Amino acid sequence: MRIARLTKLAAAATALASLLLTGCSDGGGDRDTDGKVTLRFQSLAWQKESVDANKELVDEWNAAHPDVRVEYVQGSWDSVHDQLLTSFEGGEAPDIIHDASDDLADFAYGGYLADLSELLPARLKNDIPRRSWRTTTFGKGVYGVPFLQEPRVLIANEKILRASGVRIPTPEKPWTWPEFRRITKELSAGDGKRFGVAWPLKDPVSATLNLGLSAGGQLFHRDADGKVRVRFTEGDAVVPRTIHDQVDADRSASAATLGMGGSDTLPGFFGGKYAMVPLGFSYRQQIVQQAPEDFEWKVLPAPAGAGGPAQGVSPQTLSVAEDSPYKKEAVEFIDFFLQPDNMARLAKGDWMLPTGAAALKDPGLRAEKDGWATGTALAEHLVPAPAQSVRGYPEWKDKVATPAYQEFYSGAIDVEELEKRLVEDGNLVLARYQR
Amino acid sequence: MTLRTSRSARTGQYLALLAYLVFLAFPFLWLISTAFKPPRELGSLHPTWIPENPTLDNFRQAFDEQPLLEAALNSLTAALSAALIAVVIATPMAYVMARHRNKLSAAATGWVVVSQAFPFVLVIIPLFLILKNLHLINSLAGLIMVYVVWSLPFALWMLVGYVRAVPHELEEAAAVDGASRLRTLVSVTAPLLAPGIVATALFAFITAWNEFFFALVLLKTPSMQTLPVVLTHFLGAEGVADLGPLAAAAFLATLPSLVVFVLIQKRITGGMMAGAVKA
Repeated sequence: MRIARLTKLAAAATALASLLLTGCSDGGGDRDTDGKVTLRFQSLAWQKESVDANKELVDEWNAAHPDVRVEYVQGSWDSVHDQLLTSFEGGEAPDIIHDASDDLADFAYGGYLADLSELLPARLKNDIPRRSWRTTTFGKGVYGVPFLQEPRVLIANEKILRASGVRIPTPEKPWTWPEFRRITKELSAGDGKRFGVAWPLKDPVSATLNLGLSAGGQLFHRDADGKVRVRFTEGDAVVPRTIHDQVDADRSASAATLGMGGSDTLPGFFGGKYAMVPLGFSYRQQIVQQAPEDFEWKVLPAPAGAGGPAQGVSPQTLSVAEDSPYKKEAVEFIDFFLQPDNMARLAKGDWMLPTGAAALKDPGLRAEKDGWATGTALAEHLVPAPAQSVRGYPEWKDKVATPAYQEFYSGAIDVEELEKRLVEDGNLVLARYQR
Repeated sequence: MTLRTSRSARTGQYLALLAYLVFLAFPFLWLISTAFKPPRELGSLHPTWIPENPTLDNFRQAFDEQPLLEAALNSLTAALSAALIAVVIATPMAYVMARHRNKLSAAATGWVVVSQAFPFVLVIIPLFLILKNLHLINSLAGLIMVYVVWSLPFALWMLVGYVRAVPHELEEAAAVDGASRLRTLVSVTAPLLAPGIVATALFAFITAWNEFFFALVLLKTPSMQTLPVVLTHFLGAEGVADLGPLAAAAFLATLPSLVVFVLIQKRITGGMMAGAVKA
């Protein structure tokens, strides 16, 4: 009797397992259904306004194009590279891929992304400036449409700034790097109670390299033989030396924030511990949300040098998977998605700048409120981050540059040792990728 | 004198234990505190343990922005199914490995231990390709299968310990009384193994409930995503996060596994210790 019950139990368990294995299967995908096309669009938008803008645009497209339906899929910045790599390898990647230009090189060279150069409409090609297209051009192909970008700006405590009487920089006349160093000394209140600046340098490499362009730094040089080599010029030393001297000589920059991310510095900034914080333009949203009600703040351009206010950026991009059978339709969707009005909506949702010249004319992006006008004025100076298309850059960054810059900023090594590591050790790494 | 030393030593032990407990509990307590704080308190230079202006807005925002209930249901389906199937497969295997000790069972035990050493990233692409050929990508069934395979070695190891803890003599006595092999298994061994089976199932449940990477890679349709994957939607680039709603959602996501763990912790400890007893 009991054995019979056991047999029934086993049968029930088997049935349940079979049910789960068959019944839970979705069977969906990118296939034609009744002659209609379904494109999967993986978006990395994460802030509410941005997600809403993305979903609204997808809905608008679907309403106007019943035969080419776009399915919105939410991705995550946190793990996008691994997730995409696995999907590409398995032939299951989304048709339209939201990512950043500094993540595209391996995918483009690996043949996972479609070359869009022949598919893009003239309107989009002409609307986005050539310098932005360079961020997604690898070899002769264009592997993504750059559409949102952000400069690094100085966000300042306006009360402290006003009380000090220092010159307020503008995009037309930013501080020079020596002037910036002098002013941070003036804004410091000695004895560590207040620092003129707090550098959040959890990722010191991209911040240093991108700002270094303004001082004429380049670090990566393509030689006549076509190979890229690291050279450390006087221009490359300006930004690291300024930060180093602020932290270790002047004590006008907090040593404690060197290992922090941007968000971690905000409580100290709101509390008056730091007069200025160099942050990405989109951090303004967090400041609006979290700052005390009576807190006055101002967006200032980053310091400039021999290279003017130039800065390196890695824009957010939209790409099409090489495996997608509907590349033409995917590019049509991208063209719709990035119409000037839509691009401006997306930019406002993410608190970033659009790359498109027409979208940049949106009055909302030129308002003084929340520093939009300052950022928009800097847009024409944003150029590709120096190293993003260099093969071997991720390894150079992780194994050589990050520890070297961290040790330099904390005062453990001098500039000669920094140069030696970046150049000698760095070129050994790059050489392996360029045989 | 000895008594006094013993008391002070005991006090020291309790203090050390308390410090350790505080250390362990700190992240969770901070998570709860953050979940109830308004944005301005999150940006305060002098944060407080107890929110000064507690709010439920973070919970509201979390539910408004992400399909938390749907994701929780998916997680529940995947975790419950994986736990059930893992136990159904592991129990007879564990019995054989514990009772019939030969070269094969020793090899199987070795393989179980070795299989624990494989990192996710090593297996994910081959696994993805296998599941793709089986048409199990983007389905909870595929994910459940992966969770079963992933939790099986440890579940097996736990259950072997439980089986070994059941004295041989009881089965022999049943046999002497004329019970068949199956009758002995059903009437004698199974009831004694029940606590171990429950503990193992709950371990498999918690493992699957918390798992992130497989779910991220294998599921594409938004309505199928599990809770850990949905939680990452509160994270932006460069480590920026929507802290309040993230903390609120993470707190809710932690509750089921926390409750389950509180209920079974004694049994899990028992299961692990059973593995240490020489049969």
